[in-house]
Amino acid sequence: MSAGRPVEVLPMGERAVLVEVADLSAVLALEAAVRSLTTAGDGVWARVEDVVPAARTLLLTTDGVDPADLPVLGRAVRGLAATLDGSSGSLPPGEVVTVPVHYDGPDLDEVARLTGLSVGEVVAAHTGTDWRVAFGGFAPGFAYLVGGDPRLRVPRRDAPRPSVPAGSVGLAGEFSGVYPRASPGGWQLLGRTDLALWDARRDPPALLRPGVVVHFVDEAATG
Amino acid sequence: MSPALEVVRTGPLALLEDDGRPGLGSVGVGRSGAADRGAHHLACRLVGHGERQHRPAAVEVLLGGLVVRARGALVVALTGAPAPATVDGRPVPHRAVLHLDDGAELALGTPESGLRTYLAVRGGIDVEPVLGSRSTDTLSGVGPPPLAAGDVLPVGPAPRTFPVVDAAPAPAHGPVVLDLLPGPRTSWVGDLEALAARSWVVGAHSDRVGVRLTPTGDPVRRTPAHRDDELPSEGMVRGAVQLPPGGEPVVFLADHPVTGGYPVVAVLTEASCDRAAQLRPGEPLRLRPRPGAAGRR
Repeated sequence: MSAGRPVEVLPMGERAVLVEVADLSAVLALEAAVRSLTTAGDGVWARVEDVVPAARTLLLTTDGVDPADLPVLGRAVRGLAATLDGSSGSLPPGEVVTVPVHYDGPDLDEVARLTGLSVGEVVAAHTGTDWRVAFGGFAPGFAYLVGGDPRLRVPRRDAPRPSVPAGSVGLAGEFSGVYPRASPGGWQLLGRTDLALWDARRDPPALLRPGVVVHFVDEAATG
Repeated sequence: MSPALEVVRTGPLALLEDDGRPGLGSVGVGRSGAADRGAHHLACRLVGHGERQHRPAAVEVLLGGLVVRARGALVVALTGAPAPATVDGRPVPHRAVLHLDDGAELALGTPESGLRTYLAVRGGIDVEPVLGSRSTDTLSGVGPPPLAAGDVLPVGPAPRTFPVVDAAPAPAHGPVVLDLLPGPRTSWVGDLEALAARSWVVGAHSDRVGVRLTPTGDPVRRTPAHRDDELPSEGMVRGAVQLPPGGEPVVFLADHPVTGGYPVVAVLTEASCDRAAQLRPGEPLRLRPRPGAAGRR
């Protein structure tokens, strides 16, 4: 069934348009479709310089050479969205990244209390389903992961920590995430990983990019 | 000896900036690059890097104070904020092609107006790029560190093209007026007149991330229909005018965050972004819908 999705193309200055869609799964489907076109580089898609997904929007930035590109791009995005399947089942399979975690975070007990699960059940829930990178934006290499066990939805901490160590694995709302470097942060911390999430000398520099599927594993269990 | 620029002294802040690193927004890295792109491009053109070529890294000097020494003969140009300049003590003009002999010392005083002066070198500053760019992104920390006394900056190979102009005309002065285009959330404040009807002063705490605008009268309020609306974070652009709940907008510059959660009620034109990058705290300004854009509000 291809009902198509309602999209709104909103103005964002002389170089960009902001495409607003119904929900996050619509963002992910549209982003995947847009990326395949910008990679192929036909027509106006060749002049798209950056694609930034967020919770309900996709920002498309052009090279700014020709102002006439923006209305053309707007029409192309609407046309593209109309061809997408209405269900989130149409997401293309992503690259799988396994993230080993030491589940010894300072908020494990608090998350257990908030969810009514035992600590063991929290870890089992976090490792039991695959997550998917929805979008980034907070810091280089930080990824908002979605699609986890719905029992793990917990609010942010009341008071953010002034410094969260690099590699910390946390929860906030419907998201899980890994801090690529030490920074202030208010997420509930379950543990930490030794993986380098971000390395400016690596290509690609970010391990977790939109579309990547993340599989957390418990270091203690793998021995 | 390969040509280089030796940093003798810096003022408040001197950074390397080029056209930035577009394409990494989805992994949390913004484009960055020169804050006043027009001034950077002009400086590059003056030293012979053509409009259609890759624009090399130049020095972005905040409030003057930079002193550099040429290692080898160099061709350089100054644009942007008109910091008084001397070469070995002799005054030299901005927006002109300057020839530095080996050992010559170029010194910048404090500009009377504007914030950022660009020093381009024929061949470009050729430090190691990070993710395809030599720009320092002050928000994400990506790129080379700020310049410091004692740095020796290698100069790259000269392009095949030669400078086509000896000097460029200076821009007209006058009261600062920035041109607005509609943003994705303009309706949250009604229309662009909500911004155009006020006069503004540049706030303190303005930097390469953004310029804060303080209204001289009442702060800008959302319309009743949008007063309690929540906005999930969305992608941001240079020139976006974000309106936090306090009613004092922030105009994003080159090092803006990749995403933001406050409504973007207008977006500056590219030319006005460059102008905004030269605004000093305390400076008065006005905002207006871009002439001719009224029908698109």
